[in-house]
Amino acid sequence: MSNFFRSVSKTLKSFKNMIPLLFGTVLLISLVSVLIPESFFTSVFSGNLLIDPLIGDVIGSISTGNPVTSYIFGGELLKHGVSLLAVTAFLVSWVTVGLVQLPFEAATLGKKFALLRNLSAFFLSILVALLTVFLWGII
Amino acid sequence: MKGKKNLASWLFLLVVGGVYLLVGITMPLVFFQGLTVFVQVFSRIVPVLVFVFVLMILTDYFIKPKALAKKMQKSESKKWLFAVAGGILSTGAAYLWYPLLSELKEKGLSYGHIACFLYNRAVKIPLIPMAVFYFGWKYMLILTVVMVFVSFIQGVIIEKVMGE
Repeated sequence: MSNFFRSVSKTLKSFKNMIPLLFGTVLLISLVSVLIPESFFTSVFSGNLLIDPLIGDVIGSISTGNPVTSYIFGGELLKHGVSLLAVTAFLVSWVTVGLVQLPFEAATLGKKFALLRNLSAFFLSILVALLTVFLWGII
Repeated sequence: MKGKKNLASWLFLLVVGGVYLLVGITMPLVFFQGLTVFVQVFSRIVPVLVFVFVLMILTDYFIKPKALAKKMQKSESKKWLFAVAGGILSTGAAYLWYPLLSELKEKGLSYGHIACFLYNRAVKIPLIPMAVFYFGWKYMLILTVVMVFVSFIQGVIIEKVMGE
């Protein structure tokens, strides 16, 4: 039983250290979600099949929030004629790259890991988009 | 090291507070909208935080580094399966899981497994119907399979680069 209370106490300490980062991260996410309006997304894509996926990747990476929001944005972008390649890169980077959470990730899991994970996720979003759209086209 | 980390955490909160102050002076409407979203998000994540808190206690209590390291040494494929399944089944924002993953790292998980776990968090089973509504079953099925496949690639890349 004393081992259990030791675990509770250890976890409480770990949570106490996490609170300022957690508050800061949620505050930042809230502000970013207010500052980037939906109309911004539809005005950026030019129709270029090479540049659009990269733009989708960048926008998805700096955006944050519930994936449902990205589905709604993604659906709207498709309706506005944005390519599926760009929308897929946008959807994937939205959920795999976390620039806003980067300070928290670096503090808890290490700077090198956090940078490497986000950077590789950024480039892999384009690979996922290419593979998905290619397979979608042939299946 | 822990003291420095704590200081950095408070500094980060202070900087974000400063940004809010600046926004509050220049764009009061955005300031209040941001705060409203903050309250909404925070009230939504409280149950998840409680869940994570309980999980962290249980992890600390039941998972002993030596026993886990021993189990994980037995089967490399199980580690990856744990990372994929854990990532898909986990709930809440990714940053809520960082402390738990950091603890699991000390107990034997590699950075590759953690990256794989975090990548698979993108696959959200409860949200699939919503995604299907916008993009169709075929697209979502292909995207999900491709993402699980790519999560392994990312895990392996990170393991190599981190020198594990």
